[in-house]
Formats: sequence, C-alpha cells, structure tokens
Amino acid sequence: MIYDALIAPFAEFEFMRRALVGSFALSFGAAPIGVFLMLRRMSLIGDAMAHAILPGAAVGFLLFGLSLFALAGGGLIAGFVIAVGAGLIARATELKEDASLAAFFLISLALGVTIVSMKGSNVDLLHFLFGSVLAVDDAALFLIVGLTSVSLVILALIWRPLVLECVDPGFLRSVSGAGGPVHLAFLALVVMNLVGGFQALGTLLAVGIMMLPAVASRFWARDITGMVAVAVGIAAFSGFTGLLISYHASLPSGPAIILVAGGLYAFSVVFGRAGGLLWQAMPRRHLEA
Amino acid sequence: MSAQLRFRNLTLGYDRHPAVHHLDGEVADGALMAVVGPNGAGKSTLFKGVVGVLKPLAGRIERGGVAPQEIAYLPQAAEIDRSFPIDVYDMVAMGLWHRKGLFGGIGRKDRDTVEAAIASVGLTGFESRQIGTLSGGQMQRMLFARLLLQDARVIVLDEPFNAIDAKTSADLLALVRRWHEEQRTVLAAMHDLDVVKANFPQTLLLAREPVAWGATAEVLTADNWTRARRMCEAFDEQAEACIVAEPAR
Repeated sequence: MIYDALIAPFAEFEFMRRALVGSFALSFGAAPIGVFLMLRRMSLIGDAMAHAILPGAAVGFLLFGLSLFALAGGGLIAGFVIAVGAGLIARATELKEDASLAAFFLISLALGVTIVSMKGSNVDLLHFLFGSVLAVDDAALFLIVGLTSVSLVILALIWRPLVLECVDPGFLRSVSGAGGPVHLAFLALVVMNLVGGFQALGTLLAVGIMMLPAVASRFWARDITGMVAVAVGIAAFSGFTGLLISYHASLPSGPAIILVAGGLYAFSVVFGRAGGLLWQAMPRRHLEA
Repeated sequence: MSAQLRFRNLTLGYDRHPAVHHLDGEVADGALMAVVGPNGAGKSTLFKGVVGVLKPLAGRIERGGVAPQEIAYLPQAAEIDRSFPIDVYDMVAMGLWHRKGLFGGIGRKDRDTVEAAIASVGLTGFESRQIGTLSGGQMQRMLFARLLLQDARVIVLDEPFNAIDAKTSADLLALVRRWHEEQRTVLAAMHDLDVVKANFPQTLLLAREPVAWGATAEVLTADNWTRARRMCEAFDEQAEACIVAEPAR
C-alpha cells in the first residue's frame, strides 16, 4: 500500500524517475540561492530574472526551433547580459539595483513576447512559461544536473565574500575588491538555476522552487547554514511529494510541486520554531537572566 | 620618524563641492592622532579618502607603502545588516580576511586568536550570540575585536565612542592606547575634547579647511575653535571653480 503510493510510480516509470532526479538537483542548486536572495531583500529579483531570460530562449527558439540547448543557451546569455548590465548600472549610477533590474527585465520581457509571437504559437509560449517536468528527457536532465552542480561549486567558492557582502558590504569594500565580482557571480547563479529550472518548471515556477523553501526556512533555523539545509530539504520534499500528487491525482506536475512548497511555507509561518505565529501567540515565561 | 600618511594639497568632496579643502601635511608613522571639528567639517570624508573609498577631487594621499585595503577602518555608521543571521564569532573572524582571503581555512591557532580578540574586548560568552541581539556598546566592542584581528599598521576610527557609555569607552580607549604602544598609526575622529586631551598626543582641527594641526594642547585653543566654528556648512550651489594653483608634481 505504502509502496504503491510512494515508491511504485518511480519504480515503474522512467519519466517519473527523471523528474524526481531533476527536481532533487534543482533543490540543491536553487534553494540555497533563494536563501541568499531572501537575506539580501532581493526575493522578487528571481521573478524579474525569470522574465528577463525569456527573450534569450525565444531567440534560441527562433533560430534553432525547440532545441533544448538553443533555448538554454539563449536563456543563459540573456540572463547574464541583463544581470551584468543592471549590476553595472547600479554600481556606476545613483540608480538602485532593483530599479535598474526592473527596467531591464521589462524591456526584455516585451522583447521576448514579441520574438515568440513572430514565429511560434501560444502553445510554445505556454511551454516557456510553465515547462513540464514529466517531459524531461536525458539531455534535459543532464543540463539540469550540470547547471545545478556548477552552481553549487561556485556558491561554495564565493560563500565567504557573499556572506560578508550581505552582512557588512562596507567592510568587504574596505578589505577587498571582491564585492563587485562576487555580486555579479551571485546574479549569474540566479540565472543558471532559473535556466535549469525552466526546462522542468517553466520560467515562472522555477522561481518557486528557489524562493518558497528559502522563505520557509527562516522559520526553522536561526543561522544561515541551517537555513540552507532546511531550504534544500523542503525543496526536495516538495519535489517528491508534488510529483506523487501529480501522478495520483493527474494534476500538472510543476504547479503541484510549487503548491506543496507553498503549503510547507504556510505551515512554517504558523508552526515554525524560529518565530512562527503560533509560538509568538503562546509566549513562554521570560527567563531570569 | 618617517611619514605614514602624506596629504598633498588634498581636496575631497561630493559633486565637485569640497568637504575637505586643500589639506597638506603628514601623519608620522606610529602617530596617535585625533581629528576634531564641528559637524560637517569633513572628518568622515577625510577618512573615506584615507581608506580609498572616496577618490580625491584634487591632490593626493600617499600611504607610505600601505595599500588602502590594508588599512583597518571603522566607519561612523557601519552598513551592517543587523538582521542577517550571523553570530559574533563569525563576524569577528572576518577580521582575519587579509590573511585568509577567500578560501583560507580557519585552523586551531586562528580559533585561539579569535577567542583572544573576543576576550580582550570583554565579549567572552557572546560568541554564539546573533549580532541582531547585541546592544550598541556590545556591537562596538565586537567591531573593535574585528579590528584587532586585522592587525593593521594603520587604523582609522570614525567617531568610535559616540553613544557609547563610559565603561565601554574606557575599555576601547585602552585598546587604542595598546595599538599606539605597538607603534601602529591610529587616526580617530573625536567629539569629546577631554578624552582627546587625555589620550591623543596629536590633533588635527578640521573645518573643511585645516584650521590647526599639531600637538593637541596647541591645537585645542579657544581661538582655533572660534575660527573653526566660522566655517559655513552649506555648499554654495553657485560656487565658482576653485583657482588655488595645483603644486607641481
């Protein structure tokens, strides 16, 4: 019974196994990035970035058709250009980063929709926006795992200056010139994980696996290492559970995964041990010292 | 004694308006110098120039072979995100940056050094406290511990004792004196003139233009203060370009 519910779908169907591996890889890649986005008050930046990727993927689509690597390559290039462009403008002028990013992604989005409508039908656009984790083939899986692995390695390399840039950017500036490059590298990681995610989840929902577990993790851990661990765990659990729900209830898989993550977020807000609403509502007696 | 810092007709400012105007002079190696002056006199601006955050509008700063990144700097309002989940120990350990860089591991010896720094600012027992839970004074103690680890030849403190109680000020001043004994060059922007008279041999009185610079007792005279207060704080939007001649390089 339990086997039928939890294991059998993956044991029987290869597409389910691939979807599971893909969503686990995305959990490890994207969730830690989401934690940093949240801590830097950039939670909505992922959303902007996801839109910014669209014209690159659309150009790839225009030139090479529905080729996986053309879409991903185009998306990466567009994302990097916008991340670097917005980052440089923010550092060179008075404009804050969110403002310059907002300008860039809106231009980018309009461009993307225009390009898609020049060739494809609305169905193609829907595929960009929502993806399909169950349609992940071997090539797509390698791409996802490759991008997320590289992302993890780079995150490990820039971890120290990234934390420092978050908590005390003035100090980092005064001891090292690493702040700018590290920030750009971080934005590149956002792009990479979104491109990895949009194969499976689409550009819009890829942000979900990045942000929802991260935001929920804040209610369970008080230090950043703990938050990253919790976020990865929530993301992976959401992938597993979401796939099962989508299988048993014949629901679209991407939204199912994100909805599970959303449910865990709601649960965390209420029951989270680190500042959840319930614990705030029932304060224990204060301590002696 | 050789010069650690040398200001050559230095002008620093914002949008072409000078905040420090035509400063010339030297800070000797190992000097302990207070920078005093009214609000808006250019103290913080001068320090930003010294640590290389602000580029001069004119003139230059020679740093005696010390790179700007090797100067330990405590800004007046540190841009610290207090809600960030990091504890006191990790924050203090960041002071090891110049030795550890991006990847260097923190070994047993380093851990002892960090512990010792935390102990010398009186924060033992606070190691695993999140920085968001610290009081203003504890925060400043923590930042001094990080300065200790930076082990810098030049240390720049921008109003380090503002809103700090007497006990904490005294403890932190003891560290400043220790740095002085260790022959480090220390610059501190100060407002409490009694503390300056008691602890700082050298003083620069700044009011955009340098008003007086030298031995503290000779600088802090009523006459000099009157001159300093006459400084007009506001920038003149219609100001003409300054025509003081640049000295030959």
